[in-house]
Amino acid sequence: MRKLYTFHGGVHPATCKTQSTGKPIAKAKLPSKLIIPLHQHVGHSARPVVEVGERVQKGQLIGRADGHVSSAVHASTSGTVTAIDMQPVAHPSGLPELCITLIPDGLEEWLELEPIDDWQSVPHTELRHRLRNAGVVGLGGAVFPSDMKLYAHKHKIKTLVINGAECEPYITCDDLLMRERAAEILAGAELMRTLLYADEVLIGIEDNKPEAIHAMRSAVIAGKHANMEIVAVPTIYPGGGAKQLIRVLTGIEVAAGVRSTDLGVQCFNVGTAYSAWRAIRFGEPLISRIVTVTGNVASPQNLETLIGTPIIELVAQAGALQGTNGYIMGGPMMGVLLPSDQAGVIKATNCIIAASDQLFPPPKTVLPCIRCTRCADVCPAQLQPQDLYWHARAKNFTKAEEYHLFDCIECGACSYVCPSNIPLVQYYRFAKSEIWAQQASQKAANAARERHEFRESRLEREKREKAEKLAAKEKAATKSEAAPVSDKPDTGPVDETQRKIQAAIDHARAQAATIKPKNTEQLTPQQLAEIADIEARRARIREIAQASTDTHTRE
Amino acid sequence: MAFSPFITKPSSVSEIMLQVLFALIPGILFYVWFYGPAILVSMLLASLTALATEALMLKLRNRPVAPFLKDNSALLTAWLLALSIPPLAPWWLVVVGTMFAISISKHLYGGLGNNPFNPAMVGYAVLIISFPSYMTHWLTPDGLGDITLGFSDQLNYIFHGILPGDIKLDAVTMATPLDTLKTQLHMNGQMKTILDMPIYGHFAGVGSEWVSFGFLLGGLYLFFRRIISWHIPVAFLVTLFAVSGALHLVDPSRYAPPLFHWFSGAAMLGAFFILTDPVTSPTTPKGRMIFACGAGLLTFLIRVYGGFPDGVAFATLLMNISVPLIDAWTQPAVFGRKDRS
Repeated sequence: MRKLYTFHGGVHPATCKTQSTGKPIAKAKLPSKLIIPLHQHVGHSARPVVEVGERVQKGQLIGRADGHVSSAVHASTSGTVTAIDMQPVAHPSGLPELCITLIPDGLEEWLELEPIDDWQSVPHTELRHRLRNAGVVGLGGAVFPSDMKLYAHKHKIKTLVINGAECEPYITCDDLLMRERAAEILAGAELMRTLLYADEVLIGIEDNKPEAIHAMRSAVIAGKHANMEIVAVPTIYPGGGAKQLIRVLTGIEVAAGVRSTDLGVQCFNVGTAYSAWRAIRFGEPLISRIVTVTGNVASPQNLETLIGTPIIELVAQAGALQGTNGYIMGGPMMGVLLPSDQAGVIKATNCIIAASDQLFPPPKTVLPCIRCTRCADVCPAQLQPQDLYWHARAKNFTKAEEYHLFDCIECGACSYVCPSNIPLVQYYRFAKSEIWAQQASQKAANAARERHEFRESRLEREKREKAEKLAAKEKAATKSEAAPVSDKPDTGPVDETQRKIQAAIDHARAQAATIKPKNTEQLTPQQLAEIADIEARRARIREIAQASTDTHTRE
Repeated sequence: MAFSPFITKPSSVSEIMLQVLFALIPGILFYVWFYGPAILVSMLLASLTALATEALMLKLRNRPVAPFLKDNSALLTAWLLALSIPPLAPWWLVVVGTMFAISISKHLYGGLGNNPFNPAMVGYAVLIISFPSYMTHWLTPDGLGDITLGFSDQLNYIFHGILPGDIKLDAVTMATPLDTLKTQLHMNGQMKTILDMPIYGHFAGVGSEWVSFGFLLGGLYLFFRRIISWHIPVAFLVTLFAVSGALHLVDPSRYAPPLFHWFSGAAMLGAFFILTDPVTSPTTPKGRMIFACGAGLLTFLIRVYGGFPDGVAFATLLMNISVPLIDAWTQPAVFGRKDRS
């Protein structure tokens, strides 16, 4: 038996998974239209490469990866592009994003694909390039471009962790995928291991999924995979968080702001491994994923869904019931309430829960914190949520940072157990976004000051140069023919000024570097993108947090 | 339902407080058994006063009354205070103490969750300083005295200050076992002979040791229901045991045995019900240990060398002051940062 480690805290909410595991994965019906956002991943939005009215084939590139951190977007089926415009997307902000609307022609006519029979003989750069062009991103929810995570780093990768824990209640898409397509997941894991030069592959699955564990173990034996192990891990939320699973499997704790690869570990979701395999072996771009449709529906199940399928059409297939008052994307612990049921399924959509008052009762009256520390007892990051709450509420952000606000993974365990019903995570999200906003404005202010200082010194230099020129002219006029004018003016003072300017700029830069708050220093591209996302949510969150604080004080 | 998590564990402040109230019952039953039902009267009085004061203060502070009245925290304060006051006390003593506890030490500091000091102990401290004579007359446990008061006699005294016939208050009350020990030691009594006095039972005072045992039972219930963690009770009792035990070993004729300290006065009530008040105790495990060790040491020092027979209330209040500092000093290392901090 492998030695397993534990992490602090965690909770055991009702799993509510059996509802949707009864049926095998079914293919979702071809929807009447597909709304495909160009920004479904962490990083830069893809750039549209089709035009309105153009007919596209299934799997055809419609959005090209743009910039270093970006990913491609493809047509999920064959049909006609009818619009490229701003539409509501599956994001809590409710802010529209650039989407490509595609009306399927029902032919499902594939683009000619380029499968690779013997991927082992293909150069790694080529494999990564293909993954990028196939739009493969993390399907566990982070949607980070996978090719960027598949580099052999300067630190040796010892362990590749494949995450099949699926700890969030209701979600079963990974469970079903493992049950039905284990061999392909393992093939994907093998591909990833090769790209990373990793020694071992550990696949963590929570022990409430015996069928998946069995299927995967059989596939390991059948596929003769060496140094690959299926590990049953205890069922505890958030045991499927990457940091938590890495801890449980390897004992390594990846602190906030630290790359797991620096500690010799890399982690991918089972769905990502599967998609990576399909992309390399069959040349299939990521145009569909398994989505659990559950909650207030007649027939909860997992559907293989084309990216862009409108939520409302997807839910209809599982039999929408009366009383649904919203749709949650993701699980009930970390999921987001979608602002629109018209938005299309995106690569991050692992689960759609039709919510009702019966399933998710409205929040109860918020009482003051009594410092009972149930939140601290369950916090997997070992924070003191009650102190963080205190400081976040008081908008004492410096103090909140001192109490490691940015180590919070927003798993929601604290809010889940709070007997005073305080929306703790919401306060932390608020504090984080406020701090990011402050840092951004600080950065902008620094840039503005730098520009201003430069302008000042430039004006001064120009003034002086003018004066010098004038003086030289006068001198020349008085001495006129007597002294020949040197063809090169004395460059001394100009050099001096430029040196001063440079010194001023350097000084300003140095100052800016010291002022720069520590949390923005080592942001990963993923975090930068998150910041951008959160920026968008800020206004609304602040409004709501304000409203909540108001009611709080009124109490 | 706008933000995750959309589900919550079914737990509430009011339910937690109710569990604590429930855990007090074994101790209360022993209390009634040994001292008669007078304690129930003062608990009822304290409860009514607490609820009325709470409602009034909430109204004055412009806060919604209903949700806070339902949180049961005022009731808990009332019960803890009533259990600390002699059962045969005039009604106004209970009322004044409770009103002070709820209005001054709780609401003037911001109400539930914001009071730095344990309200019940503030109420107790105010009473023992202001009305020491009323606070030191404890009912003689059933069977020890010559006269036993019936319930109606007890009621009559509580509300009218009248005892039947020519019975004097001294005839039905006595100094507490802790108090008696202190006085006797002052008069150069030997520990062994003092503890042989009829008011002492197996470990400590007849009756009161059983009440303490009842609180111990209730405390264990709270622990197993995960309402409280082990840190405070264990650290408090171990410290009290260690210091009293050490001195008892050095000079058994002057220092009471450790079990005497455990089962006397408010040691058990303090260990499981008072010091564990989450609002006024530290939040970190290490902090809780420091806090409770300090309280145990202070309790012992006040009992043995101080001016009051028992030290739990003052020890609690003194340690309450230190909570912010203790919390700041004992922040645990966060995930992945253990080596660095």
